[in-house]
Amino acid sequence: MYELIVFLPLLGFLIAGVFGPWIGARGAEYVTCSLLGVCFVLSWIAFVMVAGGSDAHVPLANWFTSGKLVAVWALRIDTLTAVMLVVVTTVSFVVHVYSIGYMADDPSRPRFFAYLSLFTFAMLMLVTADNLVQLFFGWEGVGLMSYLLVGFWYEKPAPNAAAIKAFVVNRVGDFGFSLGIFLTFYLTGSVAFDQVFAAAPGLVGKTVHFIGFDWDALTVVCLLLFMGAMGKSAQFLLHTWLPDAMEGPTPVSALIHAATMVTAGVFMVARLSPLFELSPAALSVVTIIGGTTAFFAATIAGVQMDIKKVVAYSTCSQLGYMFIGLGVGGYSLGVFHLFTHAFFKGLLFLCCGSVITAMHHEQDMRAMGGLRKDLPVTFWTMMAGALALSAVGIPFTSIGFAGFVSKDPIIEAAFVSHRFGAMYAFVCADIAAGLTAFYTWRLMFMTFFGSRGDWSASLPAKPHDGHAHDEHAAHESPLVMLVPLVVLAFGATFAGVAFRYLFIGAGHDGFWRNSLSLGQENGLLERMETAPWLVSISPTVAMLIGIGIAYYMYIVDRTAPRRLAGAFPALYRFLLNKWYFDELYDFVFVRPAFAIGRLLWKGGDGVIIDGFGPNGVSARVLDVARGAVRLQTGYVYHYAFAMLLGAAALTTWYLFGGVTQ
Amino acid sequence: MGIDLTHYLTLAAIVFTIGVAGIILNHKNIIIILMSVELILLSVNINLVAFSTFSGDLTGQAFALFILTVAAAEAAIGLAILVAYHRNRGSIAVEDINTLKG
Repeated sequence: MYELIVFLPLLGFLIAGVFGPWIGARGAEYVTCSLLGVCFVLSWIAFVMVAGGSDAHVPLANWFTSGKLVAVWALRIDTLTAVMLVVVTTVSFVVHVYSIGYMADDPSRPRFFAYLSLFTFAMLMLVTADNLVQLFFGWEGVGLMSYLLVGFWYEKPAPNAAAIKAFVVNRVGDFGFSLGIFLTFYLTGSVAFDQVFAAAPGLVGKTVHFIGFDWDALTVVCLLLFMGAMGKSAQFLLHTWLPDAMEGPTPVSALIHAATMVTAGVFMVARLSPLFELSPAALSVVTIIGGTTAFFAATIAGVQMDIKKVVAYSTCSQLGYMFIGLGVGGYSLGVFHLFTHAFFKGLLFLCCGSVITAMHHEQDMRAMGGLRKDLPVTFWTMMAGALALSAVGIPFTSIGFAGFVSKDPIIEAAFVSHRFGAMYAFVCADIAAGLTAFYTWRLMFMTFFGSRGDWSASLPAKPHDGHAHDEHAAHESPLVMLVPLVVLAFGATFAGVAFRYLFIGAGHDGFWRNSLSLGQENGLLERMETAPWLVSISPTVAMLIGIGIAYYMYIVDRTAPRRLAGAFPALYRFLLNKWYFDELYDFVFVRPAFAIGRLLWKGGDGVIIDGFGPNGVSARVLDVARGAVRLQTGYVYHYAFAMLLGAAALTTWYLFGGVTQ
Repeated sequence: MGIDLTHYLTLAAIVFTIGVAGIILNHKNIIIILMSVELILLSVNINLVAFSTFSGDLTGQAFALFILTVAAAEAAIGLAILVAYHRNRGSIAVEDINTLKG
């Protein structure tokens, strides 16, 4: 059964990818969607089985054996994997179905569905990995598919650039990740999780010698591995690729850049929690990076005008929350937020896609407004997503939308944790909770409330393309797109309440068993009960303030945003330009890289290698040939003269001692 | 003074050298090259006849007759080629005959 879950998407890819021209777009859609549907059902069955206590280990084949390094293909099915299986196959299935409607006009649909299925396969390989090498295989697989899907519309320059950026930034993280794997193998002599975890306690206090210093081995390993997670999960400093990746089709954003691939980093840290648990320093870094990301991405999301960019930065921010959860030792908190986030963020992206289709591919929120009446289903489902994202719920209970049930415990845990950096993360997370509510409702108010054209005065002047968008009435999406929205809206509303007991409630010990390192967490979850009421209520208060400000600025007094931007022009520009990270990286990395590249190209390759190599040799050959040509006059008498000289020389040599008797 | 073998050989050497010089220094007319070739052949003949006479062996003179025949044939062929060449190229100037040059 587990083999089926993992390999059916691969089969779907092969059928849609290889036989796409024969079975046609319709056939590719049916094949991939139905195979994913089977996966989806099987995954939930697997989830129930694993939650009931039956873990599994399915060996598939030996991959390679090289000396001590043994890598096998195997499926490791424990609670963490089962949770990820459910997340991946559910969102993937929903997105497959949704894409039938969203991509209906695209000529290369078989390719799109083949990519989606192959992505799902790679992601499933990642979450079922039994060793670091297989994890890396899935890791790179999803990276590749992200590249291909972001650049799906390859005839346009922007998606190509975004795809390359995503790939390159991820390489930076993967560089650290691969170094981490090497170091793990060096220290433990194995890459299999079981053996690494078994050997890990023996490594406490060990050091590695590097550039003249002795470093704590476990901390170095964890930080290197975390670097990979930062790249994949778009954390602070390595986040720049995620907003650009919004150039891809919206279903791709929902699947890859909200629900699954970007959470791979969170999954990886959770999977390696027995390792991270032993290095408090590394966990502090995780906490601080997570807190910083949660805060800074939320500030940017508050001023973006592109509807997808807002949601993209929101994803970045929510991933930050997950890392705070992991960093303070509450691995199940992080994974729970991952689980609920997949539903409501996937939902928000798909709703954005529905809005964008309705607006004839206009993504600027200032061109929208009042869509509530035209798109009722999209509006209500997106409302569920927005309520979940802004963490609406009743304080001191666990009744609320999914985001509330999973996010507020993280904030509480950050407060009660004794980890260095946890208090910083708590402050960041609390402020970010307010910002989250603000940008979420800003999006909702600008898009769905008021009336069309409320904000068009502030639109940048566009070259008129012959037909004003306002002439087209916005229209609701087809049923094949609305049903996935409703399914996910259901998840966004109830996933938190329904699964709280298992994931982070009283049942969590029996649920997670050995798949997460729960040693410290038990204490953490108990201490959370003792958190002061002011702390427990603070995210809710921040949320209410955020919604209130958004309501005031975007419903009551519509001139307020402009006045505010005018009052703090420097801050506004700073946020609008995303903290100038792109410019900074451009200055620090991209331009020097181009300069070095140009130097090596023109100087190294052009002058030295080509000059002394091929071009030099050919030039010398030509010189010699030109000399030889000058000898050949073509006049018979010159040849005759040369012959005579030769004959004379031979004779002379013969006569004067050339031949000895 | 008597005329001995040395004189004959000297004459032959002079004729040979004139022939060679004619080939090499001539830049004008290909007929002159043909004539020079004849001169070289003649110098060979002189040598043959001279050696034959002084050594009392008639074989050398018989060879000289053969060479004369061959030279006549070669002159005929050479002139025929020359005529054909002139028809094709309209010139028999040596400077123009340089198609060997790449």
